[in-house]
Amino acid sequence: MPELTYIQAISDALRQEMRRDQRVFVLGEDVGVYGGAFKVTLGFQEEFGAWRVLDTPLSETAIVGGATGAALMGLRPVAEMQFADFISCAWDHLVTVAAKQYFRGRTPVPIVVRLPSGGGFSGGPFHSQNPESSFAHIPGLKVVCPATPHDAKGLLASAIEDPNPVLYFEHKHLYRRIKGEVPEERYTIPFGQARVQREGDDVVVVTWGAMVHTATDAAGELAKEGTEVEILDLRTLVPWDRERVLESVRRCSKVLVLHEDTRTGGFGGEIAATIAEEAFEHLDAPVKRITAPDTPVPFSPVLEKAFIPQVEDVVSALRELAAY
Amino acid sequence: MAVREAEPVGSLQEVKEAGLDREDLLGIYRHMLITRGIEERGHILYKQGKIPGSFYTGRGNEAASVGIATAMGPNDVGTPLHRDMGVHVTRGVEPWRIFAQYMGREDGPTRGRDGNVHMAVPELGLHPMVSHLPAMLPVATGMALAFKIRNEHRVAIGWTGEGAAARGDAHESMNLAGVRHLPIVYVCDNNQWAYSTPAYLSYPVEHIADRAAAYGFEGVVVDGTDVLAVYREARRAIEKAREDGGPTLLECLTLRMEGHAVHDDAFYVPKELFEEWAARDPIERYRSWLYDHGGLTEDEEGDLTAGVKRLLSDALERADASPLPDPATLVHGVYASPEDLDTPHHK
Repeated sequence: MPELTYIQAISDALRQEMRRDQRVFVLGEDVGVYGGAFKVTLGFQEEFGAWRVLDTPLSETAIVGGATGAALMGLRPVAEMQFADFISCAWDHLVTVAAKQYFRGRTPVPIVVRLPSGGGFSGGPFHSQNPESSFAHIPGLKVVCPATPHDAKGLLASAIEDPNPVLYFEHKHLYRRIKGEVPEERYTIPFGQARVQREGDDVVVVTWGAMVHTATDAAGELAKEGTEVEILDLRTLVPWDRERVLESVRRCSKVLVLHEDTRTGGFGGEIAATIAEEAFEHLDAPVKRITAPDTPVPFSPVLEKAFIPQVEDVVSALRELAAY
Repeated sequence: MAVREAEPVGSLQEVKEAGLDREDLLGIYRHMLITRGIEERGHILYKQGKIPGSFYTGRGNEAASVGIATAMGPNDVGTPLHRDMGVHVTRGVEPWRIFAQYMGREDGPTRGRDGNVHMAVPELGLHPMVSHLPAMLPVATGMALAFKIRNEHRVAIGWTGEGAAARGDAHESMNLAGVRHLPIVYVCDNNQWAYSTPAYLSYPVEHIADRAAAYGFEGVVVDGTDVLAVYREARRAIEKAREDGGPTLLECLTLRMEGHAVHDDAFYVPKELFEEWAARDPIERYRSWLYDHGGLTEDEEGDLTAGVKRLLSDALERADASPLPDPATLVHGVYASPEDLDTPHHK
């Protein structure tokens, strides 16, 4: 099985879907000749032509609204936001139109919006955000946040196949840093199934995206101290695997919810509330959250390090939970 | 490229050249009567407390909406707005389903999930508007993009008002359509008032259609009370788009003859303006034309209006018998399942 980087896995999945289904096309800023700001679609225009790898003007509204219209006409658009942050310009078209069209008119809107998200390289306030919880709050949208190359490929295929609008958050800090074995053949991964990144019985960490790797490093430290940490990678936030999370919480009795997004209204709050409602009597410690603080993403490396949860933050939280 | 101001339609010969026979002409009249009839009856229902929420009409816009929809081909698509009831009627939405929609019943096109003119029947090529105007313009643009990608000879129609045209959605849509030479016709229902905001506070040029030049396509202004002129210009623009001639921005000038919605008495519109435009009522105007040029007889008209009256009475009765939606079904229709993709509009 070939080893691919996270970003290669995304390209691989997209190319495979475009080869097998004529209805799939890509639109966005600089996706054609340039191959996208991060080169996910490099070489696509040569293979699929300029109308299936469509360079658009700088028009997020027209990109996402246009994708909706094309989907209503039977195509399977995959829209690229150059950065996840720019999705704010197309908020209306996801939240007002795409998310509600099936509910109102019984017309599915099978679009995928690819969202390069996350910080870790001094992108500053407008190139580093993780806005997934804003969209997880909107009925009608699905939210996907792969953490590994294997999941990046399988979840993108599932997203394109899905009859609903899917926001596909691809974490930029994983693009070339994370490698893994990825099957050459096409496969899909069902939404709403958490993946066990690491097994353990003492504390469970519920997380997704880049924080899966931060948690893994921290769990390695805890293992040296005799604490076995389970890590659940949710993979998708809408839908999210409540049952699997509750099962781990009941077994481990201690839980850390970890995300790179800011704290207030972050998806971790929903997870913590669900645990409190459904598994309160199984808890041996209060549910703990580690998140970014409620600030914009800062630019200077020292500030950004203070913003993004670090391995040492997770280690000390896990130690506290283990000792509780 | 200067904006073109369309001439009114005069003779029957001219109409025949535009592709309409006598049956079509009477059909147009019937659709205009049904459109107004639905909204007048809706207004009564609202006052009777049978329509929840608010109520919007397109009085004064019947010629613009019916004229454009008459020019659309069977496989063309569109995203009409709240002044465009005539589009739904002309495309064949049954009036009883519109009343059921008004009343929040299960047989309305949105099955009680949305209200008033926020509805459409996709099998007839129409897709329901949202309140955020003109958010359906980018959607219509995407429909045209799909036709272009698949090399289909189909055209999308996207509607906006002159007020909504101030928003960025209009600009991004028309710019993309201009760049990609898409098969789309943008229709601006310019009824001179955006809620209480007069046109001169919405845009600083003479015509909304003047903007088309900035996007590299043709802008046309037509008298929106002249159904035949609207039809002729819409057909011209639609067929041009179908033959890969690119987009057109077609501005239909009317006056909104009632308030923004039923709660609004439009005190801010000068009385003289209402009087001036009441004298150009689109239905009366077309009726006179039919008598003068189309050979309409009193018997014919009597049959026609009686038929419409009957249709609408039956429709009201049938809508009133439509069940309310079952609250237990509320949470089941948020996400589509794969089999939902197997619908005619998706093939």
